[in-house]
Amino acid sequence: MLSNIALIISITLMYATPLIYAALGGVISEKSGIVNIGLEGMMTIGAFAGAATGALTGNPWLAFIVAGLAGGLFGLLHAVASVTFHANQVVSGIAINFLAPGLALFISRRIFNGATMTPLIPLENKMPLPLNSIFQLLHLRLPKSVSPLFARNSVIDLIFNQYATVYIALALVGILWFLIYKTKLGLRIRAVGEHPKAADTLGVNVYKIRYLCVILSGALAGLGGASLSLAIVSTFRATLVSGQGFIALAAVIFGKWKPQGALAACLLFGLATGLRIFLGGTGLNVSQNLLSMLPYIITLIVLVGFVGKVVAPAAVGLPYEKGDN
Amino acid sequence: MARENNFKAKMIDYILNENLKLTLLSIILGLLSGAVILAIAGFNPLEAYQLMIIGMLGSPRGIAWTIVQSTPLILTGLSVAFAFKTGLFNIGVEGQFIIGALAATLAGYFLDLPAILHIPTVLLVGMTAAGLWAAFAGYLKAKFGVHEVIATIMLNWIALYLNNYLLEFDSFRRPSSESSHRIKETASIAITWLRDIVGPAVRVNWGIVIALVIAIIVHYILFKTTLGFQLRAVGYNRDASEYGGINVNRNIIISMAISGMLGGGAGALHVMGVSRQVSVLAAMEGFGFNGIAVSLIGNNSPIGVALSAILFGGISYGGRNMQNIGVPSEIISIVIGSIIFYIASYKLLQFVLKKFNRKNDKGGKQYVK
Repeated sequence: MLSNIALIISITLMYATPLIYAALGGVISEKSGIVNIGLEGMMTIGAFAGAATGALTGNPWLAFIVAGLAGGLFGLLHAVASVTFHANQVVSGIAINFLAPGLALFISRRIFNGATMTPLIPLENKMPLPLNSIFQLLHLRLPKSVSPLFARNSVIDLIFNQYATVYIALALVGILWFLIYKTKLGLRIRAVGEHPKAADTLGVNVYKIRYLCVILSGALAGLGGASLSLAIVSTFRATLVSGQGFIALAAVIFGKWKPQGALAACLLFGLATGLRIFLGGTGLNVSQNLLSMLPYIITLIVLVGFVGKVVAPAAVGLPYEKGDN
Repeated sequence: MARENNFKAKMIDYILNENLKLTLLSIILGLLSGAVILAIAGFNPLEAYQLMIIGMLGSPRGIAWTIVQSTPLILTGLSVAFAFKTGLFNIGVEGQFIIGALAATLAGYFLDLPAILHIPTVLLVGMTAAGLWAAFAGYLKAKFGVHEVIATIMLNWIALYLNNYLLEFDSFRRPSSESSHRIKETASIAITWLRDIVGPAVRVNWGIVIALVIAIIVHYILFKTTLGFQLRAVGYNRDASEYGGINVNRNIIISMAISGMLGGGAGALHVMGVSRQVSVLAAMEGFGFNGIAVSLIGNNSPIGVALSAILFGGISYGGRNMQNIGVPSEIISIVIGSIIFYIASYKLLQFVLKKFNRKNDKGGKQYVK
């Protein structure tokens, strides 16, 4: 029983992680007043850039950083369109969702001899499990009575022995919360998202703040993509991200535009996925397809039950023009 | 002075928002961006684009495929555009397409009717099922305030797995295949005599005609009826409409239902004209998402949507011809994405247009809508 719960928690964390990165990206962008529907595309380019760099250099951390940069680049593109050129932010985001995956596959075919799948990254070059060696050590060195606690696939191992990307994601939730609610910059970001004109009058550079947030948003989504292609699987393929950027977008709204709320939403979604996989593995005579609907149905039900009009930042979606009336 | 500025601004607005000009410029810039990427990747852009155009227009076969490919896009594009016009973002056309195709296949396989009844029945069943599916999202928004974007994203995946689930049943699944049974001949809208001319592989069908008729009906509903006026009013200003006595919640549901019917119609026509079956889906097929692109390029107007669907269908089919010189077909997504990007950034286009015809050489503040 306990190990089953541990297994579900483990799967939950695994599936929630890419969503957490992307949802945090969505939160920071929308807090500053820019809708980012391009999360999906930014995740895809991040997943590709990460997997390609990982396969070519063998260095997971370099790959992770490159993925963030690639996502950030598309964030910049989104910012140029929606901040400088006052583009309709939804439309610009959709453009990114065509551009980024298109470019990822285009480059993949060009570099990897026509393949849309990057070469598999060998196990030792994947994202590391930072606590793994400690656990192994504890398992070997501790007295017999407690050492099984740290064995492979023990409860503690299942829950706490995660990929580095999981810990980074959880840490980022705290960091972003701190940034948004406890720092001067965060106050400015929120001001820009709620009432850009007022912020402008007080000397806050609306454009600069928005640029910063949207680029950061892309970088986070890119990292989310890499957490898929460098940790959960060890390659990039065309269907890898398939819709997770949109789920993250849902998590942003669901989490009421707060980092901690987005975390909860992503964990809920991960939990539903964990339940599906767990139930599928128990030999229960239920169709896999019906179980696969579970995460989406649960999300819908929770959304309906949890009513309370969600409150978006007041200026979200509106381009800001200096001196506009 | 202020008045003069205002007038000038209005003129600029008028000229620049002249939809056609804006869209054409975006398309040209999109193709140019694609050319730059092709050149960086070491291809000759002219040669590549030439192959694309030959692919789409160079033979009866190419033209036929272009039309076949654009048929579902006309309807998914209309579906998105209809919702947009009424202030809703229907990102769920993908799922509505799946539901429409699924229901149409069920009706096409299980019902026994003469063709004259079978064809409209299958189309209507597909449209109705998808209409209800989408109306559910509208209901969730109207009644519980669930954002339609989230609701339809969730419904897309539920639709996909519902499709796969029904294909688990032996009575529906064709033995030793990943697909359903084929629909009966009486439900098919294939144009068989034309297939002899353009080649049997090209699935020419009457879908394009039906889709265009539907486009005209949508145009009529939106712009010539009270319902259409109400829907657009709600899209334009929800609070003002409510104040004016329009039942906003009811209109949200109706709008989603009609939008869903259009998406479902696309799925039904696709089954009746092209695929004749539904198959197990591993991922979204993209008809709905491409519909978003089509709708945006077509500026959300029914006629514009029809034209942009043909453009989209044409370059997606013709673009494959570029593979002959080794160009990855994903360049098409890049071109489409760029076009949408330029359409979004209309201020950038203003700037470009201004450079072109240096009539407005006065500095100072630019007018922004």
